[in-house]
Amino acid sequence: MMDPILQTIGLSVQFGGVAAVRGVNLCLAERELRCLIGPNGAGKSTLFKLLTGQLQPTSGRILFHGEDITGDHTHAIARRGIGIKTQVPNLFDGLTVREHLWLAARRTNPRARADAITDEILERVGLGPQAGGVVGRLSHGLRQWVELGTVLAGNPELILLDEPAAGMTHDEVARTAELVLEINRTHALIVVEHDMQFVRMIARTVTVMHQGAVLVEDTMGRILKNSAVRDIYLGKHGGA
Amino acid sequence: MILRRVSPGVLVTAAMMVGVAVGAPLIVDQFQLLQLTVFASMCILALSLGVVWGYGGILCFGQSAFFGLGAYTYAVAAVNLGESTLAIVLSIVVPAVFAAALGYFMFYGRLSDVYLGVITLSVTLIFFNLTNSTAGDAYRIGSARLNGFNGMPSLPTFNVPGNPGRPLDPTETFCLVMALLLIVYVGLHALLASHFGRVVVAVRENETRCELLGYDVRRHKLLIFTLGGAIAGLAGSLFANWGAFVSPNVFSLTTTSQIIIWVIVGGLGTLVGPIIGCVAMQYLATELGTQQLANTSLIFGIIFLAFVLLVPRGIVPSLGALRARLFGARERQGAQARRA
Repeated sequence: MMDPILQTIGLSVQFGGVAAVRGVNLCLAERELRCLIGPNGAGKSTLFKLLTGQLQPTSGRILFHGEDITGDHTHAIARRGIGIKTQVPNLFDGLTVREHLWLAARRTNPRARADAITDEILERVGLGPQAGGVVGRLSHGLRQWVELGTVLAGNPELILLDEPAAGMTHDEVARTAELVLEINRTHALIVVEHDMQFVRMIARTVTVMHQGAVLVEDTMGRILKNSAVRDIYLGKHGGA
Repeated sequence: MILRRVSPGVLVTAAMMVGVAVGAPLIVDQFQLLQLTVFASMCILALSLGVVWGYGGILCFGQSAFFGLGAYTYAVAAVNLGESTLAIVLSIVVPAVFAAALGYFMFYGRLSDVYLGVITLSVTLIFFNLTNSTAGDAYRIGSARLNGFNGMPSLPTFNVPGNPGRPLDPTETFCLVMALLLIVYVGLHALLASHFGRVVVAVRENETRCELLGYDVRRHKLLIFTLGGAIAGLAGSLFANWGAFVSPNVFSLTTTSQIIIWVIVGGLGTLVGPIIGCVAMQYLATELGTQQLANTSLIFGIIFLAFVLLVPRGIVPSLGALRARLFGARERQGAQARRA
């Protein structure tokens, strides 16, 4: 068994009297692809904010490669190698697509290498035609790709994707799934997604969250048969 | 590498500055040359806010604090040293250090825009009141009397470095100020084209994304704010040298609001904009000062309101948008690709 890349121990956060995340113990192996599902308000995005230092946990710890990163600044965590595509894309609206990728690549690479990475990622996510366009004028679907490309250009070891398929057409969803599997050959990923079709395309191990806590963690096949999961989540979508 | 990134517009502006520096002394009389000297000095001040606000996205209402600090530092140092070279250096260093200290508390304390505006404005008004109340023999630094609201007259003007007995004549001073303006303008463009400069702009666009990419937002804001303080300080020493005089007015609400008006009128997010805004408004102020029909401040207020309501982006960005509309979106996209 490889050492885990990411581990959370009893991770909790409270807003006033509401426990948004309650005692989450998560363990992710190197190059693992984990899907995180659960109904709205289950605490998935909040968990991502805790992992990236955008929120400080009330209690519990986060270990990255066995080192405690709880309470570190967001930029320090990013420098350790955790990248995130947020639920609502966080982009530089006045800058071009190319500049997004370049800024991500340039932090750890010399200028010429950053230029090369930018071209490579533009090709990979299919944003070549939009490269010189200002991001603020792009559609939601394209913005998703820009953010995904930006995260990839930074080449973090662990990539968190919060609803990467939202706002995409059927073909785009399939392409995103392909890309996720391709990324997974070299990177560990945690993917939050509501689109069950998408989850089925990529899922291996699935963690289900409900009301801030982990309800169950299993393979996709068994999750689909789990009656508790059906009750809280899948049942609403017409089941398996 | 940097030359490749410099746009033709920057080269044209730089060439025009050189043209003015060389041509003006041949054409205009001494009085007009002195006018141009103070215009150019104020352009450097306008650039300092242009970069901090327009590119760094830091709403600094008190840029005059660093300007005034630079002017007073030059005055006190020049009187004490009897030589201008070190005084000029100090007039850059002291405001920069002060900006760094102030910025440290603001940015590492994670203050948001509105508070930055309030705090910076308060700081310059504190300096205004402080210098105003330094009348009397007790308030002196070395041999320099601060003189309160009367200001410090008869300051030593710039001299040839290392030769205090040889002051610069008005033409030499003008050429020096133009050279400094050129250096600041081109230097800022080079900086903004660099990795650091791109990150500063990215911070303005989205702080969260910058942090998620691993960039320390606080550090970048602090550095650009400090640089702005240093440039404003330099402008302060040029201003003090120009009139051989400095008074608490350099810290006043009028001074600080003027800088904001120059940047708003010229255009946020450009460097040539603040220069154009500064020259246009100063020219207007000079012309208005010769007539008695209407109050200058009143007219400035009307112009400011008109720009905020009708041309909120300022002259230069609005002209750019107009040109883009005339020549089509295709060319604009190409231009953006080149800029990236």
